[in-house]
Amino acid sequence: MILDFFKYDFILYALAASLLGSITAGIIGTYVVTRRMVFITGGITHASFGGLGLGFFFGINPLLGAAVFGLVSGIGVEYLSQFHKIREDSVIAMMWSFGMALGIIFISLTPGYAPNLMSYLFGNILSVSSSDIWIMSILMILVLALFVPFFRLIQYLTFDEEFARTSRVPVSLFKYLLAGLVALTAVVYIRVAGIILVLSLLTIPQNTALLFSNNLKRIMWLSIGIGFLGSLLGLMISYAGNIPSGASIIFSLVLLYLTGSAGKAIFHARKKHHKHP
Amino acid sequence: MNLVELKSVSFGYRDEPVIDQVNLVIREGDFIGMIGPNGGGKSTIIRIIMGLLEPWSGEVIIPKEINIGYLPQTHNFDNRFPISVLEVVLSGLLKIHGITTRVSKQDKKRAAEVLGKVGMADLAKRSIGELSGGQMQRVFIGRALISSPQLLILDEPVTYVDNRFEQELYNLLELISRETAILLVSHDVGQIVSSVRTIACVNRQLHYHPSNQITEEILESYNCPIDLITHGHVPHRVLPTHQP
Repeated sequence: MILDFFKYDFILYALAASLLGSITAGIIGTYVVTRRMVFITGGITHASFGGLGLGFFFGINPLLGAAVFGLVSGIGVEYLSQFHKIREDSVIAMMWSFGMALGIIFISLTPGYAPNLMSYLFGNILSVSSSDIWIMSILMILVLALFVPFFRLIQYLTFDEEFARTSRVPVSLFKYLLAGLVALTAVVYIRVAGIILVLSLLTIPQNTALLFSNNLKRIMWLSIGIGFLGSLLGLMISYAGNIPSGASIIFSLVLLYLTGSAGKAIFHARKKHHKHP
Repeated sequence: MNLVELKSVSFGYRDEPVIDQVNLVIREGDFIGMIGPNGGGKSTIIRIIMGLLEPWSGEVIIPKEINIGYLPQTHNFDNRFPISVLEVVLSGLLKIHGITTRVSKQDKKRAAEVLGKVGMADLAKRSIGELSGGQMQRVFIGRALISSPQLLILDEPVTYVDNRFEQELYNLLELISRETAILLVSHDVGQIVSSVRTIACVNRQLHYHPSNQITEEILESYNCPIDLITHGHVPHRVLPTHQP
């Protein structure tokens, strides 16, 4: 049965997507979680639905439209966040729902063919194609090209932006580059986890990793490993139970998180017990 | 040598001026106490020196080779950010190493040295969020010191710390001031007069007082009214008049 599992091309593509996704989302998600921009990222993902609808309407690749909407909203929020007068969370909520509304309007205006909305809302890793793998590879290379040479700078500006600004480094430039990569990651992985579930790839492995380390680099490595393990488990559950892959992957990721939490709690209880028998 | 020179610098928010035509020169060997009422513009001047604010008018002259260590008044960071005390101190080297900053063995040695100086050597591996207010302040002073700056600027360093740490901090600054110029900002005159060598009074305008002997009359004449009486250890000798 396990050998059967690897026989099909779509399974191999799914495995490749899992690995690429774990690396990209592991790194970008750590940035998202530690900079507390989970809500922003949710907003970007949902706003990109407007671009998806626009793509359908004009008959171009919907994910291209989503990428444009994602980038504009991601960089837009980063730009607006410097004005303290703005209620950032409210702006994000408006962007979130406006994007969804635009998407629905465009899709309902599109004559004839009704696209398979479910696959965009919930994703399907088993429908990943070779061109998707190319896009995911390029995105991963972009992410590594920013995070490998500039890791410490990114760490320091995420921790204390104002102090970084006093250090004569281009803080704003890096914030915009990072916002762009966050948006692209969210949009590219709509294919795998869907608009509604993509946030989980960027938050659950990272929060599991955060249970065990206070070292940012180690958290990224752990997130990558946990994300990949969760994706593999999810794929198997999906294959065995004929369950949509997005849901089974998230189920597995949460399972890993709960196992990690419980393991940590037991470990701490034992340590206490040894100290005060 | 002049480390920092402000020439007739003005700044404000919207059309409300906060500081007006401020002149200040900080030289090697200086230990300046900057005092003045809350909202008088002390932090604004500091933020202009640190390049966080663009002045409306005037000139800020800081030679390229001058490196300034900075302790901000408030720390705007997430307590749960996963970063160790050691890493926070190392982040003070960002301005030296630039965007591709890496950490060498030498840097780590220097960080250990600085952590020892601020009394935090034992807690190097702790997460920053686990520390008390006073411990955090020591770490941030360590971050300001690690790059061996020619000038150290501390903006209200004792706001969130207990009395014991306050005394230790002034002892530490005394030590640092032997090799580094210091600009110490406080809204509380009594706290700092015994440590500093000269005083700058800021209340929209800046008046420089070239000694640490100050009286209420002088403060009054500087339009910088601060109550000295409540702090017993302030000298009450009236000084001969002098040119501000």
